[in-house]
Amino acid sequence: MSAPLEDVFRDEWGRLLALLVAQYRRLDLAEDGLAEAFEAAARLWPEQGPPRIPAAWLLTTARRRVLDRLRAEAVAARKEPLLVVDAEVSQGAASVMVDPGGLVADERLRLVFLCAHPSLSLDAAAALSLRLVLGVSTADIARLFLVSEPTMAARLTRAKRRLAVTGVPFAVPQGPAREQRVGTVAAVAYLAFTAGYAPGSGTDVTRVSLAGEAIRLVRLLRELAPGEPAFDALLALMLLQHSRRAAREDVGGQLVLLPDQDRSLWDQGDIEEALRLLAPLVTHRLHGGAEDYLLQALIAAEHAVAQTAADTRWDRIAEHYAELEALTGSPVVRLNRAVAVGEAEGPAAGLRVLDGLDEALPQSHRLPAVRAELLSRAGDTEGARTAYDQALALCGNEAERALLATRRKALDAAAHPPVESPGDP
Amino acid sequence: MRYFVTIAYEPTVWAEATEEVQRRYHQAHLDFHEAVAKRAAMVAGEALAGADTATTLRHVDGRPVLSDGPFAETAEQIGGFYLIDADNLDVMTELCALLPQAYSLEIRPVVQIEGFESG
Repeated sequence: MSAPLEDVFRDEWGRLLALLVAQYRRLDLAEDGLAEAFEAAARLWPEQGPPRIPAAWLLTTARRRVLDRLRAEAVAARKEPLLVVDAEVSQGAASVMVDPGGLVADERLRLVFLCAHPSLSLDAAAALSLRLVLGVSTADIARLFLVSEPTMAARLTRAKRRLAVTGVPFAVPQGPAREQRVGTVAAVAYLAFTAGYAPGSGTDVTRVSLAGEAIRLVRLLRELAPGEPAFDALLALMLLQHSRRAAREDVGGQLVLLPDQDRSLWDQGDIEEALRLLAPLVTHRLHGGAEDYLLQALIAAEHAVAQTAADTRWDRIAEHYAELEALTGSPVVRLNRAVAVGEAEGPAAGLRVLDGLDEALPQSHRLPAVRAELLSRAGDTEGARTAYDQALALCGNEAERALLATRRKALDAAAHPPVESPGDP
Repeated sequence: MRYFVTIAYEPTVWAEATEEVQRRYHQAHLDFHEAVAKRAAMVAGEALAGADTATTLRHVDGRPVLSDGPFAETAEQIGGFYLIDADNLDVMTELCALLPQAYSLEIRPVVQIEGFESG
């Protein structure tokens, strides 16, 4: 695709798709028709020059493709399930000749809530949102979630069909249901983001840039549904984590932990934007999912503003983790709190926070890893060695295993490395 | 669209429920009926006798064979059903959320099979 067409694709895919879905009530046909319209544009525009109104040309072309398919289906007497769309919405979409901009915002929001419907698994919803709302290719989504392309294609087809068969409406939820649904949309976007950073097979810059697509999704959500603090907090959290992307691996592709990262590589633009988003949020009380994202973002922000690792305000981080633990009751949060407390008040205090966690996290390699670091700092080399062995036995990721082995080895040299820091996605 | 709601519950939970809790269960069903009448339409709905009263019929070597008990032995049993006409799944889930919290509810769309349309 040429650069100008790529811009049109980024700007127009979601709104055109939403219009087509509203009109024809078929996710599969809308997607195929629009994809074919963009393929035709890639072929014809360089020869004939771009049309006066690119979006109108694409919409007309896509509609023609959809109608062709519908005719072929009618001949074959196939009956595909139709999406539940309000008759007024459907008629409105059919009468749109030229993309009227703002008016289509509603349709796009309907598409967002459809793709991130709670009756789908979070994985399926995340994949579907990337595909239908943003137009990310199936091949790229497969790569993001570390599955083969045919597997992802099948997963997407299943999800699209399911939405129609079960009667999920193409509508923006109203009333008390809305807050919960906004929470699901946020969770779906965050899952898409963290998938880009999930340990995969070796270095994969593409997956990290796909995490950037999830950021684009949240930007779109803020545009379509302004005034949702959950989206503001989530965007801040993602930007802070994403700001460290250039510092996460060394030249050899080895994972670099937060305290050892070259902070000059952190993206200051991302950090400043995140801090601007957070400023108004901390003054009033949020609840539920929004507060969860806010606390995580505040923790990431403490790291972002520390000039050096030694300047980190671990006392504040420990406080945020305590609030987060009270909110979620999560043992993983408690583990992270132990690290922060260990840094703020010393290893003995950190070890006390770990008490009782073994039952809640029997399979976690991070629990013995954190214990090992704290024991090592407290001068208990024997205990630390045993804990490292436990961690190594439980850890399945190559990059992390290498790191653990290095730490264990350093014990013999009587070195006292800094405690591994959590908070990196 | 037409939806079939299967109600699964743990019999012991019901058997051990206090009178007050059982009264609340009944109230939840009444609230459900009222809300369905407003936002959708009830086609049918019944409570079933215990799973120990079930008779299961399977064909073995082409002959019907009866056995006692339900076709699946699980901790949760099917206690009843509703058949409801509603606009969409969101309406259904909002309505079903009114039913007693101890239930597991399976909400499934009914398929229209050509040649078998009901009047």
